[in-house]
Amino acid sequence: MTESFEPVIVGFLCNWCSYRAADLAGTARIHYAPNMRPIRVMCSGRVDPQFVLKALREGADGVMIAGCHPGECHYVNGNIKTLRRYHLLKRMLKQLGVEEERVQLVWASASEGKQLAEAVDRMTEQLRALGPLRWPERVLGEDGRGANGHEAFVSAIEPREEVAA
Amino acid sequence: MNHKPMEEARIGVYVCHCGTNIAKTVDVAEVARWVGEQENVVVARDYKFMCSSLGQDLIESDIKERGLTRIVVAACSPHMHEKTFRGACQRAGLNPYMFEMANIREHDSWATDDRAAATQKAKALVEGAVRRVAHHTPLEPLPVEINPNTLVVGGGIAGITTALELANAGYHVYLVEREPSIGGHMAQLDKTFPTLDCSACILTPKMVEVGQHPNITLLSYSEVEKVEGYIGNFTITVRKKARYINEELCTGCGICEEKCPKRVVDHVFEAGLGYRKVVYRPFPQAVPKYPVIDRENCTYFLRGKCRACQIFCPTKAIDFEQEDEIITFQVGNIVLATGYDLFDARRIPQYGYGRLANVFTSMEFERMVNAAGPTGGKIVLRDGVTEPKSVAIIHCVGSRDKNYHEYCSKVCCMYSLKFAHLVHERLPDAEVYNFYIDIRAPGKGYEEFYHRLLHEGTHFIRGRVAEVTDAARQPGEEGKLIVQVEDTLIGKQRRIPVDMVILSAGLEARHDSREVSQLFKMGCDFDGFFVERHPKLDPVATMTEGIFIAGCAQGPKDIPDTVAQGAAAAARVAGLIHLGTVMMEPVRAYIHEELCSGCRICNTLCPYNAIVFHEDRQVSEVITALCQGCGTCVAACPSGVISGAHFTNEQIMSQIEGVLWDVRRNGNGKQPTVNIQQSTANVQQPTVNEP
Repeated sequence: MTESFEPVIVGFLCNWCSYRAADLAGTARIHYAPNMRPIRVMCSGRVDPQFVLKALREGADGVMIAGCHPGECHYVNGNIKTLRRYHLLKRMLKQLGVEEERVQLVWASASEGKQLAEAVDRMTEQLRALGPLRWPERVLGEDGRGANGHEAFVSAIEPREEVAA
Repeated sequence: MNHKPMEEARIGVYVCHCGTNIAKTVDVAEVARWVGEQENVVVARDYKFMCSSLGQDLIESDIKERGLTRIVVAACSPHMHEKTFRGACQRAGLNPYMFEMANIREHDSWATDDRAAATQKAKALVEGAVRRVAHHTPLEPLPVEINPNTLVVGGGIAGITTALELANAGYHVYLVEREPSIGGHMAQLDKTFPTLDCSACILTPKMVEVGQHPNITLLSYSEVEKVEGYIGNFTITVRKKARYINEELCTGCGICEEKCPKRVVDHVFEAGLGYRKVVYRPFPQAVPKYPVIDRENCTYFLRGKCRACQIFCPTKAIDFEQEDEIITFQVGNIVLATGYDLFDARRIPQYGYGRLANVFTSMEFERMVNAAGPTGGKIVLRDGVTEPKSVAIIHCVGSRDKNYHEYCSKVCCMYSLKFAHLVHERLPDAEVYNFYIDIRAPGKGYEEFYHRLLHEGTHFIRGRVAEVTDAARQPGEEGKLIVQVEDTLIGKQRRIPVDMVILSAGLEARHDSREVSQLFKMGCDFDGFFVERHPKLDPVATMTEGIFIAGCAQGPKDIPDTVAQGAAAAARVAGLIHLGTVMMEPVRAYIHEELCSGCRICNTLCPYNAIVFHEDRQVSEVITALCQGCGTCVAACPSGVISGAHFTNEQIMSQIEGVLWDVRRNGNGKQPTVNIQQSTANVQQPTVNEP
């Protein structure tokens, strides 16, 4: 298989704007990369950074979080909280050696099917260029126990999901 | 706790062809075959139309005969048919929340042509739903009682219609209007197209009816300051601005207005073309009849002298000490009919409005031709006496223009035709030019009206006007306004000298529509118009339960459409009031008190102040009735002890694993991380779910 690499993106779409934007893109038959696999959340503010880490660890090459435009949040300002968390998460991912393009925050209102489709296309293109993420090798190291002295840090975030589950 | 262990999860999966809508791009048979081999899946079928009654029967009989405990339907968007399939589950005796939908149409088959990729994506979405549904728990919708009172914001024709429809049905309405009188823009107009009905003649009886209706509390010169609560139970705080008139004593005789020695330019009702007194009613038929003292300009408020109105008022109704009043009341539903602003023609400098005296806006002309207006209905130039011999009407000012508004304002063509007719009627010798891009006349009797104008001798020139100037270049242009345009029907540049130019300005969203949408916690689009729940099938509801929209606040429209929407919104509200109780989605947050550390991080995050902190026990609690279910607190809780019903961590984590079925590495050699049998199930059940 020497075909070009096709990234897998997990998309967290808010129920009110971005999920409907994706609905609209489909209804309008706007064709875009089939690489994004959407998961519906009520608000982008529901996206726990753990979800993003979970997706990356489980094999996704990138994560897209999509919400209503600032000022248009169905829940007043949930998206602003997403924005704050997103910046913190990005700093952390940078320290883990994960490229910036792999986690993206997108604003798409319910009428912006085209914009959402374009964002998916753009991100897919970027991730194709970057290649697979390979979280275990990159973040956990070959032995799966943490690379680059991140051992303690990584083990601190790793067991979280069992608490959550 | 009734959390089901994995052995009991008997999942049925139904993959819909949707005719060829899905089947054309997704190998539905393969998806069904494949998912049938997945853990916990007992039944997997593909079927032509799952939403048909036969498709639903399939689900129902499988639940009964095969003992299914969870259902997944892979079809269209849950916004389309989630309700349908939940109903099928319920009919078969399964809790409707034990159902999950995988969107393989809008999000998959319609979004690509690549059959292999679409099939792979469909498997991922279905597997996500299968894994998620295994963690679903039975939920019960929350019943909410509907307060029978309704708030209508905006007293234009839309708000008036809504208020009267509801009041006549026997329900109480609070009608809040920002201006001193109801009537809105329609009260400013002279004639209405295409019937040429006198606008005031058809509007004022309705205004009077509002003013006298026992079921309507009219709060004019008032603004909504605060909106709390949710469908069925909104608490509204209104600021009733001081009129400086005691309404109990005032008879509306108008002597104060007569005696007031000061007049100012009326920029609101007369569109800057006329004057009003400082104590004034915007127009003689104003409802309510009470005048308002304009504090900013009143000599008494400025210098402490004058009091002419107070001296002459026969009932001693003038009260300079009056203060703004804050009124609070409860309503069950809200209708927003806040109307539009006229596009400010000054924003297009090449048309010269504000610089060239004889360039008028459409609203100025509307007031000018109105018999009750500043010129008594005479069409004259800015000097107030000269009748124009030629008039140019420029369409699409601010509309259909990428620099301003891309949309068509819908009414300008028709009111421009009306203007042309009125000029012909009042000044039979005047030449009238209409500069248009396209004539848009869809509506009952509209096209016929256009043809009537063609026969009345209006010159129609097709082309967007480049410039209006007073710089004469050719003989015959001196002292005139020259309209420079490319006549696209003959492919030539033309310069038309005229005496008067009317700019048919478009409609735009209210300048403060964004703040209003924030206040009512509902959405508005890029242009500032309020967003309807569905552009075709639900044009008066919004994404926020209990809040409806009507009229131009939703988008430009003419009077018949506005009235239809006003009545439609009233019907929707009346339906809810009649029901008395609505069922709300039980998507709510719940804090497990025994595990809460009392850090209070969630307290300030909640946009609805739905989380309270108990000082005595040092724990936080979610007030279910206030919670809207966004889940922000769930994501933020550092102890992970807030659960969001129907969007639990467990459900979403499992869905993540499912959608990544083909690329997963099984948690780096560990066991699959989410295992229901080991899960701390007691962290999942909000109290509201206890049947």
